[in-house]
Amino acid sequence: MNTALLAAGGTTSLQPPGIYQGAANVIAALMLLLEFGMLRQALIRDQVRLYAAQSALISVLAIVIAADRGLPDLYALAGLSGALKVVVVPLVLRRLLGVPVDEDSPGVAGSYTLSPASAVLASIGLAAFGFFTFGAFHISGPAAPALALAIAGAMVFVAFGLMIVRRDVASQAVGFFSLENAISLAALVVAAGLPLILETAFLFDLLVAVVVFGMLIRTHHGRAESLSTADLTGLRG
Amino acid sequence: MLAVFLVILILPLATGVISFTVPARAAALATVVSGVASFALVLSLVPEAAHGDLSFLSGYLRADALSVIFLLATGFLYAAVAVYAVGYTRHHDATYARRFYAGFNAFAWAMLAAPLMGSLALLWIAVEVTTIISALLVAIGDTDGAAEAAWKYVLIASAGLGLALLATVFAYYAGAQVLGQHYNLAIQPLIQAGSRLPQTPVRLAFLLAVLGYGTKVGLFPVHTWLPDAHSEAPTPVSALLSGSLLAVSFYAILRFYQVAAASLGSGFPRDTLLAFGIASLLLASLYVFGQRDVKRLLAYSSVEHMGICAIGVSFGAPVALAGVLLHVMAHAAAKGNAFMGAGVFTVKYGSKQMSAMRDGMRLLPWSGPLFLLAIFALSALPPSGIFRSEFQIVAGGLGSGSYTAAAVLVVLVTVVFFGLTASATGMLLYTPGGATHRDPPAHRGAPRVPPGVRGEPSAWMVVPVLAGLAVLLVLGLHPPGELTDLISRGATQLGSP
Repeated sequence: MNTALLAAGGTTSLQPPGIYQGAANVIAALMLLLEFGMLRQALIRDQVRLYAAQSALISVLAIVIAADRGLPDLYALAGLSGALKVVVVPLVLRRLLGVPVDEDSPGVAGSYTLSPASAVLASIGLAAFGFFTFGAFHISGPAAPALALAIAGAMVFVAFGLMIVRRDVASQAVGFFSLENAISLAALVVAAGLPLILETAFLFDLLVAVVVFGMLIRTHHGRAESLSTADLTGLRG
Repeated sequence: MLAVFLVILILPLATGVISFTVPARAAALATVVSGVASFALVLSLVPEAAHGDLSFLSGYLRADALSVIFLLATGFLYAAVAVYAVGYTRHHDATYARRFYAGFNAFAWAMLAAPLMGSLALLWIAVEVTTIISALLVAIGDTDGAAEAAWKYVLIASAGLGLALLATVFAYYAGAQVLGQHYNLAIQPLIQAGSRLPQTPVRLAFLLAVLGYGTKVGLFPVHTWLPDAHSEAPTPVSALLSGSLLAVSFYAILRFYQVAAASLGSGFPRDTLLAFGIASLLLASLYVFGQRDVKRLLAYSSVEHMGICAIGVSFGAPVALAGVLLHVMAHAAAKGNAFMGAGVFTVKYGSKQMSAMRDGMRLLPWSGPLFLLAIFALSALPPSGIFRSEFQIVAGGLGSGSYTAAAVLVVLVTVVFFGLTASATGMLLYTPGGATHRDPPAHRGAPRVPPGVRGEPSAWMVVPVLAGLAVLLVLGLHPPGELTDLISRGATQLGSP
């Protein structure tokens, strides 16, 4: 296990990580824990809060990287990402979901295709698979802590798991947005120098996607009078 | 030429915005003007792109032969379907029509923008925008089926594009190792960096791109949204989804293919595409049988043709690559025709179920035969452009020594031919018991011509199909010299980056 962890960490000696690498790894680990929190959380309201917290960690990581590597663009990105993902997206989600969040929350608690315990256990397996798979790629360097990248890989798999095991449209949407956070983490770790204009375009695109997801959730709720996807079985073959 | 780029990038979007605010008739007219003008502008790029690349705004806007071929497919279909939509929207109320035209133009805009992007990041954004807009268009029918299809589509396609974004991130990482930390994900420098790129990130980026963008292409096993969305979307949107959107997403895969082939050699990317292509073709050949919804039938035909494209690229021979590029254009025309024909049937019979469509050759004197010709064209019967393209692909496969894959391709395409023609002949020629079984109308508004009466719902819905047929014949019999040069240059770019 130690060997595998070292491989994922991208170092062959037991040197302690620097401040930047340590911070990146800790933040990545916290984001993964929040991902599990979203998976386990029954209430959509709280899932959105956890998403906002996870997004805030992304902004913190961007600031850490900006300070460590002298990339002033990342300060702007951190501010923009924070404003959008921590404030605007959760607000838009809650507003677009509106009444359904409060009305359906008790019903959504049973929206697992697996029992909550089984879902968490399966996701631990997925996380381990993602962690060791991404770790085995040995994509690392002085600017790219491989351990954080491996954790981002684990988050990607858990986010997919979240979308699969939950049977309500709102949780599936939150799963997708957290998948986007996992990719943002990977991007910060291996592609921190990406021009700000492109990062901004990604964020704007996310905002539009949130609005469309919200509209489709409302449409679904309007027709099915529920957030459950259990009835979405009319189209087959 | 920069002006041409900018007009292509502005006109459809501006038309979309205008369509939302003006009466439906004005929106229809504006859409036709925008569609025809956009196609004419794309055509004007052909002579220059056939002999050189065009690049503006520090490379953020770029067109080479490969991108112009995909622009041609989208431009033609945008123009043809814009005309068709005039007849289609007459069967809907004004509010629906205005929303439809706003979304339709915005959708065409995003698809025209994608091949003009000189950066993998902007390309991803453009493809993501196509998903967002088209998901709303799928849901516009406001039925249970439309809501279900739209949700599945937006979730699955967005998740797939999440993987494509991860592919873009790894492509940046690979590029930054060679081109510096301020590399902006421009496509051409990445291809030129070639073997200097680190191999693992490039391999990973290519796999994720095939899986991610492949979700939008409709490659097995990530195709599951496709039949639902194609069947529930308004017919003009189905035509654009199938003929253009899948191709635009395939274009994104081809850009990653170029990078991977330059860095890793062509073996790994070709093997990957062959596996996905064969699996997709096999799935389509199984599912075309037993379909009851005509639009689902055509959707599986789209999976087949994207599989053929993937297999064609995997052959690697220049003649096969030229065949793939010709196939992209011919498939756009043929699938556009098939969906437009199917749309006439659904309006005429008030149902998408093939069991409700009978005696089509007699009752639809133009659309019946034209639909049959579209099915024959999709089945690669000569002299359609698809016959020529598939012939080139198979010849390329045999020429490059891929005998088994070429044989499998021929067998599975033949199987699909039987499935498609069996369904189409039932709709067109089978008379007894005709129109006795009627499903609930698939659209708002009653058909203008009662199902039992001989006649077309609208001449607007026939004219663009004739144009599509002409394109198929030109591509099959004698493609213009400039177009042949364009395809040759595109195949060269694809084969030897």
